Amino acid sequence: MSDLVSREAGTVAVRASALSKSFRMHLQGGLELPVVEGASFEVHAGECVVLGGPSGAGKSSILKMLYGNYAATGGEILIRHGEAMVDLVAASPRLVLAIRRETLGYVSQFLRTVPRVAAIDVVAEPLVARGIDAATARERAARTLERLNLPQRLWQLPPATFSGGEQQRVNIARGFITDHPVLLLDEPTASLDAANRRVVIEMIAQKKAQGVAQIGIFHDEEVREAVADRIIDVRGFGPARAA
Amino acid sequence: MTMLDETPLLSVAGLSRYYGERVGCRDVSFEVYPGEVLAIVGESGSGKTTLLNCISTRLEPSAGSVSYRMRDGESRDLYRMSEAERRLLMRTDWGFVHQNPADGLRMTVSAGANVGERLMAVGERHYGRIRDTATHWLSRVEIAADRIDDQPRAFSGGMRQRLQIARNLVTGPRLVFMDEPTGGLDVSVQARLLDLLRGLVNDLGLAAIVVTHDLAVARLLSHRMIVMKDGRVVEEGLTDRVLDDPQAPYTQLLVSSILQV
Repeated sequence: MSDLVSREAGTVAVRASALSKSFRMHLQGGLELPVVEGASFEVHAGECVVLGGPSGAGKSSILKMLYGNYAATGGEILIRHGEAMVDLVAASPRLVLAIRRETLGYVSQFLRTVPRVAAIDVVAEPLVARGIDAATARERAARTLERLNLPQRLWQLPPATFSGGEQQRVNIARGFITDHPVLLLDEPTASLDAANRRVVIEMIAQKKAQGVAQIGIFHDEEVREAVADRIIDVRGFGPARAA
Repeated sequence: MTMLDETPLLSVAGLSRYYGERVGCRDVSFEVYPGEVLAIVGESGSGKTTLLNCISTRLEPSAGSVSYRMRDGESRDLYRMSEAERRLLMRTDWGFVHQNPADGLRMTVSAGANVGERLMAVGERHYGRIRDTATHWLSRVEIAADRIDDQPRAFSGGMRQRLQIARNLVTGPRLVFMDEPTGGLDVSVQARLLDLLRGLVNDLGLAAIVVTHDLAVARLLSHRMIVMKDGRVVEEGLTDRVLDDPQAPYTQLLVSSILQV
């Protein structure tokens, strides 16, 4: 399996070059809003890189471009997908979906719930999408939810009515359950208590040991200190703001 | 790493349809691949229904071509087939889910017969097997087995829509067209139907083309989307990219017009 190659320590998993993003707001008379300019960095298998900088500096936009959720205005994002380095910026929608299914995971801050789907199935879904049978997927989902201390009585319920912290744990379980070689983390610990924050820190460490490349945003200093191998200060990629 | 299946199931090239001087849709091209759900969104009058009718052989285009990869692997131009071939395709390999279930069902025969009829159209004759298959499909769409002999007239709107879906899926189609499949339903019924459709599409590996004006429906069901205005495609791409980072002025307007709850 090509995963073995991609997970050797030191292998480049993601390489962004001259990445830029600016929003053109057509409803505001075509106002141009630059948010990222010339972002270049590399992330290797087995390391966790944290995007740092004040809010509004473009961390979230960078993460969303890395997932293909925002269209980059310029530059390229090479990601190791199987044996090849593929440019996510130029990739067709179908290729982006294949990359997300097999290579690139994302743990967002908020859960977009699907009505009527039980929490355990929300968590198991990425495994089922990768061809794992439903029973095995549920079994692994149960273990992940257990680890994150989500009470078992909630597993069969749709997460729409859960508290923020409970929803976030469903989200984390869903994001961490696969063995994607690249994982993007958008403040995964924002609404967690101290005990569950520690669980997430452990899970990130475990992913590192498995050779997963992780890129994250963490406002919580304790978590950041615990997981970051490197911090990339995105202020270096801020657009030159002319007044 | 799985390879992308590079042969589309349906290819639309340069498709236009005029109503006299008026444009229904103009110069539309796209492809749909096996297992992929494509949403066509736009407001009333944007041309999305004209487009849907043209690609499903219900309305002859003024220009352009629509080709479909048959089960034997050969791609055929839909408008160069005989009428009989097109009808067979619609009865077997395709499904069409109408917004109004009454347009896709026979309201005065039983639920079981509505499902069984499509099976008989593909040559199934054994009564016991037809009834078993019908019962199975009713349960897949969450209709209780003891309703099999009731007529859809006696069903709620949501149940009728689920029955229409069962009727369409029973022949194992590879491509399903849906025209506002949740339109006209109560919100809670919509949610149930969407969840059901999502599960069925995933489990069966169906390709689907869903026409909707509801961006939430597009977000939940589709992989890719096409945004139409005045008969033209103004934007296309990955569904979450189009909705979270819309590029075209019209898409920005649509997305910003969604009411937040």
